[in-house]
Amino acid sequence: MKQDKLVIGGHEFDSRFILGSGKYSVDLIKAAIENAGAQIITLALRRTNTKDAANIMDYIPEGITLLPNTSGARNAEEAVRIARLAREVGCGDFIKIEVIHDSKYLLPDNYETIKATEILAKEGFVVMPYMYPDLNAARDLVNAGAASIMPLGSPIGSNKGICTKEFIQILIDEIDLPIIVDAGIGKPSQACEAMEMGAAAVMANTAIATAGDIPAMAEAFKKAIEAGRSAYLAGMGRVIEKGGSASSPLTGFLQD
Amino acid sequence: MIINGEKQTLLEPVYLDVFLKREGYQKNRIAVERNGEIIPKSEYEKVIVTDSDTLEIVTFVGGG
Amino acid sequence: MSVRIDEHTDHMKYTDDMEAIDSDIMDQVIAEMNAFDPDQYTEADVRAALNADTCSVENFKALLSPAAMPFLEEIARKAQMETRKHFGNSVMIFTPLYIANYCENYCIYCGFNCHNKIKRAKLSAEEIEKEMKTIADSGLEEILILTGESPNMSDVKYIGEACKIARKYFKVVGLEVYPMDSKDYAYLHECGADFVTVFQETYNSEKYKTLHLGGRKRIFPYRFNAQERAIMGGIRGVGFAALLGLDDFRKDALATGMHAYLLQRKYPHAEIAFSCPRLRPIINNDKINPKDVHEPQLLQIICAYRIFMPFASITISSRECARFRDNIVQIAATKISAGVNVGIGGHTGEEKGDEQFEIDDGRTVDEIYHMIQENGMQPVMTDYIYV
Repeated sequence: MKQDKLVIGGHEFDSRFILGSGKYSVDLIKAAIENAGAQIITLALRRTNTKDAANIMDYIPEGITLLPNTSGARNAEEAVRIARLAREVGCGDFIKIEVIHDSKYLLPDNYETIKATEILAKEGFVVMPYMYPDLNAARDLVNAGAASIMPLGSPIGSNKGICTKEFIQILIDEIDLPIIVDAGIGKPSQACEAMEMGAAAVMANTAIATAGDIPAMAEAFKKAIEAGRSAYLAGMGRVIEKGGSASSPLTGFLQD
Repeated sequence: MIINGEKQTLLEPVYLDVFLKREGYQKNRIAVERNGEIIPKSEYEKVIVTDSDTLEIVTFVGGG
Repeated sequence: MSVRIDEHTDHMKYTDDMEAIDSDIMDQVIAEMNAFDPDQYTEADVRAALNADTCSVENFKALLSPAAMPFLEEIARKAQMETRKHFGNSVMIFTPLYIANYCENYCIYCGFNCHNKIKRAKLSAEEIEKEMKTIADSGLEEILILTGESPNMSDVKYIGEACKIARKYFKVVGLEVYPMDSKDYAYLHECGADFVTVFQETYNSEKYKTLHLGGRKRIFPYRFNAQERAIMGGIRGVGFAALLGLDDFRKDALATGMHAYLLQRKYPHAEIAFSCPRLRPIINNDKINPKDVHEPQLLQIICAYRIFMPFASITISSRECARFRDNIVQIAATKISAGVNVGIGGHTGEEKGDEQFEIDDGRTVDEIYHMIQENGMQPVMTDYIYV
């Protein structure tokens, strides 16, 4: 059988679980990554001062792809600035664009995201934009040079699951890039659901960060994502929704 | 000078890499912006910072 | 002056006077078609296709396979459900108008081809107007303008004049004429054309080359990319067809669907239409030819098109009999011609050129209109506004 790889901007991955590193102690990062089997970890960029005893990068195992986000950016210009700084730290060209100027719902601004994507793709970044699942905006992101599309399942941190299911399905059906469901995934069953739909990967952070046992939950997500992927590849079985069939056949008219 | 929004006095101009080392920053963990422009790591040894500069020094933290 | 093209001309190479667009859709369609082995699909694949919410390319292939034949009733039901979801119970009515039958192509299966000694003619502007007025008086609001494929005798300007006249009498103007450059399509759109249909006949280029021995039509990629050039020229919708039965009809149907599917993905605003012409099998022939397209196979293909692209318009030809047409518009087709006369100038009773083929369903607009109503459907003359 053909190997099932996730390909983002020409880079291949075996894991389809993108793990966030926010909202939990750096001591648990290594165990979480290992239990998640994750190969891509998201990070944020912040001002530093030398009094910080621990740097998160010291806790991330070798060989893990770092995916810095542009959190804090309120428009395309700020996202571009953060992305360039993140690259200058020196951990690769991946960037997750996140442009939010709504402090109540934290919903991404698709228009500014498209603008930032276009600029950064031209500069050679592997651009993974976080977006509200809108087909037209997704097409614009494709044209702007995105390497994947990351539609939200529900508002960030809400753990409500895939409230935007119908719209994410449209993106999966219509967009040729990997569709990675990001934000709102609260439970392993929801991650599994996204994978069954045909999502290329799932990104989760809060669901794991707020769990009772973080490494154990990371492992639960890993298993759910693998199960959902296997189910998708296997082809879903039939669901009989309707009752008996009608009496007069539609094809009775055929002759030659 | 201003570093990450905080005032600090720099007595005399100094090479950026010397300055960073003196302040305890790890070069391979940070990115530096001087007066709104990113300084590539390869330039740290050539760029001189003065008391009139504004520096932003950033690093990665946990995030989703 | 255009380049002379005969059976020695490389059919895969554009001639210098043809616009060559940068598009990879042809390669993708051909690769998909070559990889398609209809016999490898099983009952389980067909069931999976019937059960899928959205029809994938794999599902489409299963629906086109021989394994799907025993499921024809279920396929028809699913197709009917999809048609109802997207079109309700409406059926569009239109008529074709042949304004000329000059042709410079040599297609060995066609009655219009340049070596057949038929009566050639083209209508003058006055004659076109007269024909269109007669047609419009029957209540029709959509017309399909056809010519033979002669850029010399029926040049772009001539077709443009016909579009301008048509715009006065009709709300929708379709074209079924020879492939041209995008600037020509842009001009015809300016003159009032809304839709362009080009039949690829067969997507098997090796077969294609043996059937099209002369004329610009021999150049396979120029014909293939006509729809894309039309869209680039601003044409609103494009139609696709293979002449089913020329080659392996299952592979040709797959290629037709993929052609439409990939163009729609590249140009999401373009409206998509299918036509479903077939070569009639010889009835009472002792030999059973697996490539023959009988009514069940034709129904299978039309339903597969519908399920694969539920939003597409599907036209049913007047070459099919009334019985088939009356039923298919209740299942999967959404557009039917009426009051069809395929001669040149036939609508006003002054036919001056011969017809390309014989029609089977010669019912008038009124008769078709009432047939649709009696079947509980709604006849619609036009459903959109020219922009």
